[in-house]
Amino acid sequence: MTRFLGQRLLQSIVVLLAMSFVVYALIGLMPGDPIDMMIKSDPRMTAADAQRLKALYGLDQPLVGRYWAWLQAALAGNFGYSRLFARPALDALWPAVQSTVILVGTSFVLALAVALPAGVWVARRPGGRADRWVNLFCFAGISVPPFWLAILLIMLFAVKLGLLPAGGVPTRAGAGIGDHIAHLALPVLTLALLQIGGYLRFMRAAMIEALRQDYVRTAEAKGLSPMRVLLSHALPNALIPVVTVVALGFGGLFSGALITENMFAWPGMGKLIFDSIMGNDFNLALVALLFATLLTLLGNLLADIAYALLDPRIVYAELKP
Amino acid sequence: MTEVWRRLRKRGAAMASALILAALASVALLSPVFAALLGIDPNAVDLLQRLSPPSAGHLFGTDDIGRDVLLRLIQGGQVSLFVGLAAALASAVIGTLVGLIAGYRGGRFDDALMRLTDGVIALPLLPLLIVLAAIDLTKLGVSPELATAPAMSLYRIVAIIALIGWTTVARLVRGATLSVRTQDFVEAAISQGTPPWRIMLVHILPNVASPIVVATTLSVGNVILLESVLSFLGLGIQPPWPSWGNMLTNAQELITAAPLLAVWPGLLIFTTVIACNILGDGLQDALDPKAEN
Repeated sequence: MTRFLGQRLLQSIVVLLAMSFVVYALIGLMPGDPIDMMIKSDPRMTAADAQRLKALYGLDQPLVGRYWAWLQAALAGNFGYSRLFARPALDALWPAVQSTVILVGTSFVLALAVALPAGVWVARRPGGRADRWVNLFCFAGISVPPFWLAILLIMLFAVKLGLLPAGGVPTRAGAGIGDHIAHLALPVLTLALLQIGGYLRFMRAAMIEALRQDYVRTAEAKGLSPMRVLLSHALPNALIPVVTVVALGFGGLFSGALITENMFAWPGMGKLIFDSIMGNDFNLALVALLFATLLTLLGNLLADIAYALLDPRIVYAELKP
Repeated sequence: MTEVWRRLRKRGAAMASALILAALASVALLSPVFAALLGIDPNAVDLLQRLSPPSAGHLFGTDDIGRDVLLRLIQGGQVSLFVGLAAALASAVIGTLVGLIAGYRGGRFDDALMRLTDGVIALPLLPLLIVLAAIDLTKLGVSPELATAPAMSLYRIVAIIALIGWTTVARLVRGATLSVRTQDFVEAAISQGTPPWRIMLVHILPNVASPIVVATTLSVGNVILLESVLSFLGLGIQPPWPSWGNMLTNAQELITAAPLLAVWPGLLIFTTVIACNILGDGLQDALDPKAEN
């Protein structure tokens, strides 16, 4: 187990380093550069000044040299200054991470609370009427463009019914808990609807597979109640692959909520990443993208560990790192 | 093949999806004919007819700068369907090559390619696509005229989605290749001195075709979703070219003035993607000999 974990950890670090270089290089290719922006904002600046500034910020160095300097500073915990927020990039990132955890966490719990029981329920009679309708609903959830779903929900709940705010967070001082929940409702609903389909279909497939096994037939032959067979014999085994997929999905959610956060002006990681890329805030974009990658990698690692822990048939040495 | 067709035909939802996709594609392909029939230029701005309701001249009304909505939906469909097909096929070609080589060569080669695949899968997809779509091509030495041409936005989006989207097919093909290459007919071909590329293309590829077909059908839907997201954000297909995604860019501001403008393009994306997904799912079952009902 330790060896397996060590290998996976090492691999994750390699991916993270590679990603940091790729993103660093790509961000250098974005429209505009910091010195151009300084020249635009100060008409008295001469070409010589621009050259000096470039040397001062190390922008006259080749790409690899600049990346190396950035990496050394980053490893020392210095990720530079955010242009948009006018404070250190890490300080700007932290509140966004908290907002995203609230949004993503709530929607994740809601989605699983609906998807898992419903998946188990329809798996009892695959091909039945309930199964067919639920299946169509799942396909709809997987296929709907996220921004369009957000627009439709805003149209219905904010414009037509006037029940909920169309976006943002409570800004008034002393906003009550109800106000917070009202602002959270539509983005959470959007994200949950987008996730339910995938998890439900997966739970259903795993459950159908489990119900086909011999030990289920044995349990039925012993005369156990159908509920007992379903919940204590089939479900635990069906949950193993589901846990893996859930762990995989959770890591990706932090950047995957990008569209939803933008549509509802929710100040989370996804909106921060988008705003920093569009706003030429290179330092912030870099640290936010790397953080998102780190979370995805952690999700993958958790998925592997969970799989190995839950299924005793898997020997760690056999798992390909 | 007839067996697969027989089983697919029994799946009503999959057949309906195939028909819907065929209908959408034919209408999209005929968009120049519709433009000529209606006698309207889809990019013609008419500021006196902004947001006009549906009428005999404009069956679906006009948008916020007076362009005919129906014609732009048809043209947008052409763009969105082309991007979906082209990027899905390009991903399939890259993924098949990587999977075939990794699975056939094995050893270190396989290890390296699969680690690369794992690495790409671990990347945060959407933010990375946004960065790639926002890159200033002139900094890569592309001339400014070429870099800002609307056609360039089309090819660029196909290229970046293919660059990131090949991993699913690569994994599937590698897995299938690993199991096919140990079979007798492959051994026989090797012992006859057949060159590796010929073994891979002639002997292995036909036997790993089913997962490629299924994954590619499903990925057409996914690509159309991604294209619509990027175009919606203003990073995909560039105006004046319409795509279903960029037609929704202003929809949020016009939500009270012209709610239907926000409904049609999204409904078409939704219909196309769900049809691709249901068809892909049906194909998967039809191609799997174990899944007889």
